[in-house]
Amino acid sequence: MVNEASQQSSVPVQKRQMADYLNPEVRNIKPSGIRRFFDLVSTRKDVITLGVGEPDFVTPWHVREAAVMSLERGKTQYTSNAGMPELRDAICNYLDNSFQVQYDADKEVIVTIGGSEAIDLALRSLITPGDEILIPEPCYISYSPITTLSGGVSVGIETYAKDQFKLTAESLKKAITPRSKILILCYPSNPTGGIMTYEDWLPIAKLVEENDLIVISDEIYAELTYGTKHVSFASLPGMKDRTVLVSGFAKAFAMTGWRLGYACGHPDIIAAMLKIHQYTVMCAPTMAQYAALEALTNGLEEKDRMIESYNQRRRIVVQGFREIGLECHEPQGAFYAFPSIQSTGLTSEEFAQRLLEEANVAAVPGDVFGLGGEGHLRCSYATSVANLSEAIERMGQFVYKLKNS
Amino acid sequence: MTGISDFQLKVLALLQEDARMKPELIATMLDVAVEEVKEAIAALEQNNVIVKYATIVNWSKMHDEKVTALIEVQITPERGRGFDRIAEQIYLYPEVQSLYLMSGAYDLQVEIEGKSLKEVASFVSNKLSTIEAVLSTKTYFILKKYKQDGIIFEEHESDHRMMVSP
Repeated sequence: MVNEASQQSSVPVQKRQMADYLNPEVRNIKPSGIRRFFDLVSTRKDVITLGVGEPDFVTPWHVREAAVMSLERGKTQYTSNAGMPELRDAICNYLDNSFQVQYDADKEVIVTIGGSEAIDLALRSLITPGDEILIPEPCYISYSPITTLSGGVSVGIETYAKDQFKLTAESLKKAITPRSKILILCYPSNPTGGIMTYEDWLPIAKLVEENDLIVISDEIYAELTYGTKHVSFASLPGMKDRTVLVSGFAKAFAMTGWRLGYACGHPDIIAAMLKIHQYTVMCAPTMAQYAALEALTNGLEEKDRMIESYNQRRRIVVQGFREIGLECHEPQGAFYAFPSIQSTGLTSEEFAQRLLEEANVAAVPGDVFGLGGEGHLRCSYATSVANLSEAIERMGQFVYKLKNS
Repeated sequence: MTGISDFQLKVLALLQEDARMKPELIATMLDVAVEEVKEAIAALEQNNVIVKYATIVNWSKMHDEKVTALIEVQITPERGRGFDRIAEQIYLYPEVQSLYLMSGAYDLQVEIEGKSLKEVASFVSNKLSTIEAVLSTKTYFILKKYKQDGIIFEEHESDHRMMVSP
């Protein structure tokens, strides 16, 4: 409380508007373009949606049951900050068997609340204000805002349909400056479905080495590649210590709502991330950790069946889009197709909005994913064959109408 | 037929899920020419691997109160022919929906469908029990079908996902 005397002697306090209390960094961040589109879609009925960024499978029953069992047994306490040791062991075994990267479960792994927390922790641990963070785009929507919140400067690197949305050494090189510190990678890519092969990676790794960069490699879609196996950036020669590998259970094991992910990397970086993690969230939810352990122990076959099913549906949409006159590069990973809608003369926003209003099909306009996204549409094929066929039929009529009017 | 190929297995898996799936769609999904799919299906039909394209009906919705019973049957196998001839004698009755040779405490499991309790009872006492090789029968009436042939009969849960998400 201020006493009367001092109040008289000081300049009257200018009252703040509520918004003035906010951290300007936060205030200035734009809400995700996906959110706006979500609101639009929610007002409509009988929409077929290709806008969903999660599997259409329910978490396999044995995994759900493991979580129920953990509750029945009263496993309702905190786990160690970094996650249950047996889960960290299982993660290390899995990464070794599936992607040939070896981590020490004690010092090099942290279990997080989804891959999202891992990305946040990694960026907050590594960014010194002013650092430039290189982000190939179009990409998942969170990298740039979190970079900003951590005081970093995000530098988008455009990727192109003609290169299957791969990151090329040429464009990476152009974006690197003396202030560059981190390269964020997300392959297989949301939203493009693009992947990087061993040969694609080598020149990138060389540049990372030469420019002394750290890589945050978001490999949440690692299991979802078609025809060629995912190559983890951490598995490349000399890259393990330079890479924070981020992944999780959401996409491969149909466990989005469980919010369970992990990060692996150099012990010094993981220790720093663990510090923030222990002060902000303590540990990932215990029951979700039991579920994840079950998924890794007994869920690999079920996972393979889901992947086969995505692959079949992928072929339906790619062929479907091409047949209705939308150019579509062959997505080799994740569960998204990213067709071009440029031939219609509309912008992504216009196309998506009119597609919704006139054909009752929802898909996400490509521009929300950053540079290079304009002119495209993100279409998730994680939905039933019947829905896909109907969506393509409706889109076909819509595109035909656009081109012939 | 001599062995089923991996490709044929994939075709079968899709048709088992949806018997009306068009060969063109299957061809797209498996990334092969449509002729290959048609050939595979023809071969599978010819060899009786694909036995029939039927419809799974939830009769209880039609208020058509069919009565279904599972009957455990113990029989004396015949020298030289085992259970097969007696099985045939049983499965030829149109009332018999399914018939399995079982391991364990009894030999054959017979599934009977009838219009009423009485009809099923009459089948058991007049037809099944009178077969010479049949030693005993135990009849269990089905009260409710929750799942049949891998299909859950309860109303389908709608998609719980948000319509648009990152």
